[in-house]
Amino acid sequence: MTATTAARPAASAPAPADLRRSALPLRRRVVDGVSKGLMVFALLVALVPLGLVIYKVIEAGAGVMSWDFLIEDIPNSARRAGGGMGPAVAGTLIITGAAAAMSIPLGVLGAIYLNEYGKQNALARLIRTMADVMTGVPSVVMGLFVYVSYVLLVKEQSGFAAALALGCLMLPIIIRSTEEMLRLVPDELRQASAALGARRWKTTVSVVLPAAISGIVSGIMLAIARAAGETAPVVLVAGTTFVSNWSLSGDNTTLAAQIFKNAGEFFPAAQGRAWGAALTLMVIVLVFTVAARLISSRFAIKER
Amino acid sequence: MTVLDKSAQLTRKDRGRHADRLFWAVCVFAGLAVLIILALILVTTVNEAFPAFSADFFTSTEWIPNDPDGDGPRGPVYGTLAFLYGTLVVSAIAVVVAVPVSIGIALFLTELAPPKLRATIVTLIDMLAAVPSVVFGLWGILVLAPAIVPVYQGIHDVVGGVPGLGSLFGEPRSSGRTFMTAGLILAVMIIPIITSISREVFATVPDSDKQAAWALGATRWEMIKGAVLPHSFGGVVGAVILGLGRAMGETIAVALVIGSSVQITANLFESGYALPAIIVDQWGESTGDFRAALIGMGVVLFIITVLINLLARVVVRRAEIRMKGAAA
Repeated sequence: MTATTAARPAASAPAPADLRRSALPLRRRVVDGVSKGLMVFALLVALVPLGLVIYKVIEAGAGVMSWDFLIEDIPNSARRAGGGMGPAVAGTLIITGAAAAMSIPLGVLGAIYLNEYGKQNALARLIRTMADVMTGVPSVVMGLFVYVSYVLLVKEQSGFAAALALGCLMLPIIIRSTEEMLRLVPDELRQASAALGARRWKTTVSVVLPAAISGIVSGIMLAIARAAGETAPVVLVAGTTFVSNWSLSGDNTTLAAQIFKNAGEFFPAAQGRAWGAALTLMVIVLVFTVAARLISSRFAIKER
Repeated sequence: MTVLDKSAQLTRKDRGRHADRLFWAVCVFAGLAVLIILALILVTTVNEAFPAFSADFFTSTEWIPNDPDGDGPRGPVYGTLAFLYGTLVVSAIAVVVAVPVSIGIALFLTELAPPKLRATIVTLIDMLAAVPSVVFGLWGILVLAPAIVPVYQGIHDVVGGVPGLGSLFGEPRSSGRTFMTAGLILAVMIIPIITSISREVFATVPDSDKQAAWALGATRWEMIKGAVLPHSFGGVVGAVILGLGRAMGETIAVALVIGSSVQITANLFESGYALPAIIVDQWGESTGDFRAALIGMGVVLFIITVLINLLARVVVRRAEIRMKGAAA
């Protein structure tokens, strides 16, 4: 026993180490190859549904898509052919717009507090944690919240209520992404501004914000894209309408809500309108997402 | 102007002082808005749902809103157990499917992909995250559900006789709207979240660890197994919990493809229901106690997801501290 173990290293020592890949034992090479294969396979598993969904939306949506589809009223019977998604397009634009108008100032100012004033103190840390938690609050809960705290009070479902719910969903996303961007602004800029005698708010508004503006805008656009696709809160608090309602009061509807309503119908006409609405919504979301990426990559702050 | 004048100017108290104070106050208020909204959510929904919270609410599997046959001495029963069960099953399926896929993609991106390809794939995965959930739901109900029934049937035919597996993969529902379909759609929706966090975690693995593995003659997989995975375990667990939280709250896609049957069954190819799904489905026809019960389910959902998110944060934070320690 001892003789063989002692002899073996001595016997193989003179030969130079073979570092070629083919020198590896077959088992190790196979395991390595299989693991690489599985990684590529995982990628395909994720991307195939994406491809199928996009293909189907374009294929089925293009059939019903036209200018008329985008502006005509929704037929008030799901089985009737024709008509369009005009009210939903109007509702999506006005509700998402109002949500953005409410959440952007609040979110950006909140982020300024976190990064310029609060930094690592207890309150700022609490807000940061809670903003992360709020990102994970299901959208349907946001809808319930707005229902019990606003719709029940004013006794009217409205586009404004939907905007409130979407604004609540956008707020934490905007706060966190804006704070990330503010953190990238170099401290020397703030010090230079302070040395020139600027007040702190002046430094923030005229030096820090402009330096980070591209990142902030791209974060906001991603938040808008996400809000535009939200369905559950709108279904709960906005009511429904069949004619375009460009005001924030009174019943309203969005593309996402119409997709949800029409998807469960058995009538081909309704399903067709659902695909058309899906195509419209995807285009809106894609425009915002791509714009966000372009802005952030074109005007990015150079990280140092 | 003398030197003295200038120093006097620098300390002069002017209107700017008030502007500074005001701006600070506005920012603090904006920050507090997050806390205010979260507190309001809890207070207002609990208050509104209070009539619904009874023993039945948490223990009964029966859901008989508004006494449908209208004859009985039996009042309505609002039992939520079946919905809780559905939510848990569906998110479990989603996590089981999404975790290996996401980790695979994240490893591919950090350890295998050439930089050019990497940027393209990151964009594609981001697109996956940008697709609204209702579009996945639409695709799921009109395309995936009808098409996948033969697959379910095939699986059932093969493993149906095996005890244990047979009860999980029973006779499939012919509509294809099942726990499994909902779980698969959810899996696709949480893959981007788990992937992006795992990727960040893998990127923190110290180069020295990897080079040590290379120097010992490890293959790429052995390097990943020996250096990357043990180092990032905590962070990946955090990512998985976060994905789980997202899956439990997802409403619309699940509402469309889960099939809307109030039942508890081990058969994953059967129809079921989920907490958020019933809220949007039956909201329109609900009044009084019925509505309070739906809001109560929202409260349950809110508390579960908040706890899960806090847990995920703690886990990730802990992993981060450990990683920084390891890197130093």
